[in-house]
Amino acid sequence: MNTALTEQKTINQAKLAAEFRQFINPEYVITDAETQRVYECDGLAAYCELPMITVLPETIEQVQKVMRICHQYAVPVVARGAGTGLSAGATPNDCGVLLSVAKFNQILDIDTDARLARLQPGVRNLAVSEAAAEHGLYYAPDPSSQIACSIGGNVAENAGGVHCLKYGLTVHNIVKVQMVTVDGELIELGNEGLDSYGMDLLALIHGSEGLLGVVTEVTVRLLPTPEKAQVVLAGFDSVTTAGDAVAKVIEEGIIPGGLEMMDSFAIKAADDFAKAGYPREAKALLLCEIDGTIEEVDQYIEQVATLFKKLGATSVQISQSEEQRMLFWKGRKSAFPAVGRISPDYYCMDGTIPRGELSNILTEINRLSEEYGLRVANVFHAGDGNLHPLILFDSSVPGEFEKTEEFGGRILEACVAAGGCITGEHGVGLEKIRQMAVQFNDEEISQFHAIKHSFDAEGTLNPGKAIPTLKRCQEYRSIRAQEQAKPSQSCGHDHSHEEEVKHV
Amino acid sequence: MSDISQQLIDQVNSASAAKTPVSIQGGGTKLSLGRATDLTETVISTKEHTGIVDYKPVELIMTARAGTSLAEIDAELNANGQMLACDPRRFGGNATLGGSLATNQSGHARPWFGSLRDHVLGTRLINGQGQHLRFGGQVMKNVAGYDVSRLQAGAMGAFGVMTEISFKVLPKPEETLSLCLETSPQEALALMNKLAGTSKPITAASWVDGYVYLRLEGASKAVRATAKQWRSKYGLTTFAEKKASVFWQALREHEHDFFAGTEDEKMLWKFSVNAAANHISPDAAWAFNWCGSQRWLVGDFSLEELAGHAKSMGGDVQHYSGGDRHQELSLPHNVVVQQLMQNLKKSFDPENIFNPGRLYSWL
Repeated sequence: MNTALTEQKTINQAKLAAEFRQFINPEYVITDAETQRVYECDGLAAYCELPMITVLPETIEQVQKVMRICHQYAVPVVARGAGTGLSAGATPNDCGVLLSVAKFNQILDIDTDARLARLQPGVRNLAVSEAAAEHGLYYAPDPSSQIACSIGGNVAENAGGVHCLKYGLTVHNIVKVQMVTVDGELIELGNEGLDSYGMDLLALIHGSEGLLGVVTEVTVRLLPTPEKAQVVLAGFDSVTTAGDAVAKVIEEGIIPGGLEMMDSFAIKAADDFAKAGYPREAKALLLCEIDGTIEEVDQYIEQVATLFKKLGATSVQISQSEEQRMLFWKGRKSAFPAVGRISPDYYCMDGTIPRGELSNILTEINRLSEEYGLRVANVFHAGDGNLHPLILFDSSVPGEFEKTEEFGGRILEACVAAGGCITGEHGVGLEKIRQMAVQFNDEEISQFHAIKHSFDAEGTLNPGKAIPTLKRCQEYRSIRAQEQAKPSQSCGHDHSHEEEVKHV
Repeated sequence: MSDISQQLIDQVNSASAAKTPVSIQGGGTKLSLGRATDLTETVISTKEHTGIVDYKPVELIMTARAGTSLAEIDAELNANGQMLACDPRRFGGNATLGGSLATNQSGHARPWFGSLRDHVLGTRLINGQGQHLRFGGQVMKNVAGYDVSRLQAGAMGAFGVMTEISFKVLPKPEETLSLCLETSPQEALALMNKLAGTSKPITAASWVDGYVYLRLEGASKAVRATAKQWRSKYGLTTFAEKKASVFWQALREHEHDFFAGTEDEKMLWKFSVNAAANHISPDAAWAFNWCGSQRWLVGDFSLEELAGHAKSMGGDVQHYSGGDRHQELSLPHNVVVQQLMQNLKKSFDPENIFNPGRLYSWL
């Protein structure tokens, strides 16, 4: 942008706020630091920034107007749902507007015949299933934050959860999105059918982290609530044995509703917290949920339990009631806060790997844990190869967060080297932007920038997130290359030479 | 099995330098789909770019070169008790993986298992600058960068030459059982959606020639118990499995009598609409699939007229095959969306060389 243009476009906080207050309830145009403090970060509190202005529009027309004005003055806009994201994707821009969709919290329609729900973007994930329950339906993707996270944010991050192997990610469960473009135009992508003709922009919007538009309405598919769901809880004396057991379940032709693994550290922490009756002495724990018709669950649950015993499980329990099933899950679902109780802080990573690499990657994580002198608890969506190592640290110790972040980055790079990727469901945001340079080469990053340019030529939507500049990629690769000149490193090559690194 | 990616890159570079439009082809089975462009463009063929690159059944993921035939993929999966759950139209097994994704093919189980778009995990693609790029990966979950892989679904090669695709596969069901019942189309819609709203192992729900057809697949006990229950409750009758399997295949492959002539003189229209939307113009030749979410119509109609109906049914319509395909096959998008699509096309293909006009006249 040339200087003349910049000057022409510059607008200060007071003037911008005054413009917004002409059409938004003045109470919902926030300019003071104290009130804006609650918006300074998302679920990854290490990245904080105060926005210039926070707005909470109440109608789509207001969102359009905000976007038009911001576009006119080239003011950055960061859209925010519930702020539960874990990659600093919703961190505000200090020179920009934070656009909260908190006022858009209505379930607009539930079409029970066609099994669809039309939602405003601020509707909480769990509220959809709660509202659909009376019709025998539910919304399948269930990120751990489902009690709080919003459906608009789920689209932006392509959120996952514990049931992805069988029921897919957000992108598989959405048929239509209405969104406002950077210049304030309202568009619809997809429809109430399943596959439309032509270019699939709907797929592209999923996981685009607010860089391509602001989602204003989402139509989701609802599934019939399973007749029955039951869980097998099994302890193993090593993560390798447990990993093999996961493979055997798949080999038997069974696709569980959920298949989760925890290591010994996570088992103890979760059991202390939830009193879930976990086998505390086990080195690894598997939770395998089978759902479907009564006959299907009865048949497969027995098959899985028998299989685990045969493979050397040290303990096998089958949930005998809905209460017990919920208790087994409570341990897993509260694993993060449980770990939070035994350490001042924890940092959650989100790499994915081919399942067969599990044992190798855990060995590497343990090695790094010793190298950095930081403890790690592993929680793992074993069914779909998504790891959540939780690094335990103390932010009051100077330099410890930086060390933790570096450790986390090394785990992600090890995932890439193992044929996986740097993020399965949390997104890149600000947090993993450096590791993008490890996963993608300059040509691929440039293609991403070209896609962004197609939607947002001036780059004002959620700037600085998700896709790094080429300069930054090169700097990061160069730093990593220097570090690796030291002996005993295995990942993070300059990956323009594909043969050297298994490139995903 | 051969890797001709360098040759494909060279071809793209030559076309790009000369600004010559190219037509991307795999098995050449889908020439009757998309707009007829009448261009005498050069063909870039992926037909020799074949082979399964990676397949570990336990990972439920296969990676194959774009020119690999679905027959080869089916054979390999079959030997391991697995299947292409998205069940694309096979075109006698000659359809290639790349062409199937470019046209986003899917079978009867689409509402339950998804289309190829839903199963794709990663792609390699040569863009208009001759850059051989890789997006997504060989893992079930991956949200790093934009989802360029799924963007290829249904784009009919507008973005470049796909060279390699990783996709999810699933175990074959233990048991399959089909049921049928003579019924009116409106009753069929009600029944299919009612049953799809229950947690039963249903994997197909169609209505054609005055009969509703349902398929159950999965754990044996569940399939049998459900069939028994539905027979007594809804008066459905068992459709002998051998005949049923021929029927389902013919319906997927458009070899069923309903589709006769629709690759040639007869126009075939595909509606993608709200599954429970009321049936319209009952006197015309209709068939339903996917509980009514996909509706086929044969006959001479104008796109504008049908598009109005489709909109009232919460979806859209396309002129799928047959008749004169020089016109637009789908209603023009809103101008903003149209501009976004043009921008996006340009971001991959600045010289506009890949399949120009195949998807839309303006792209």
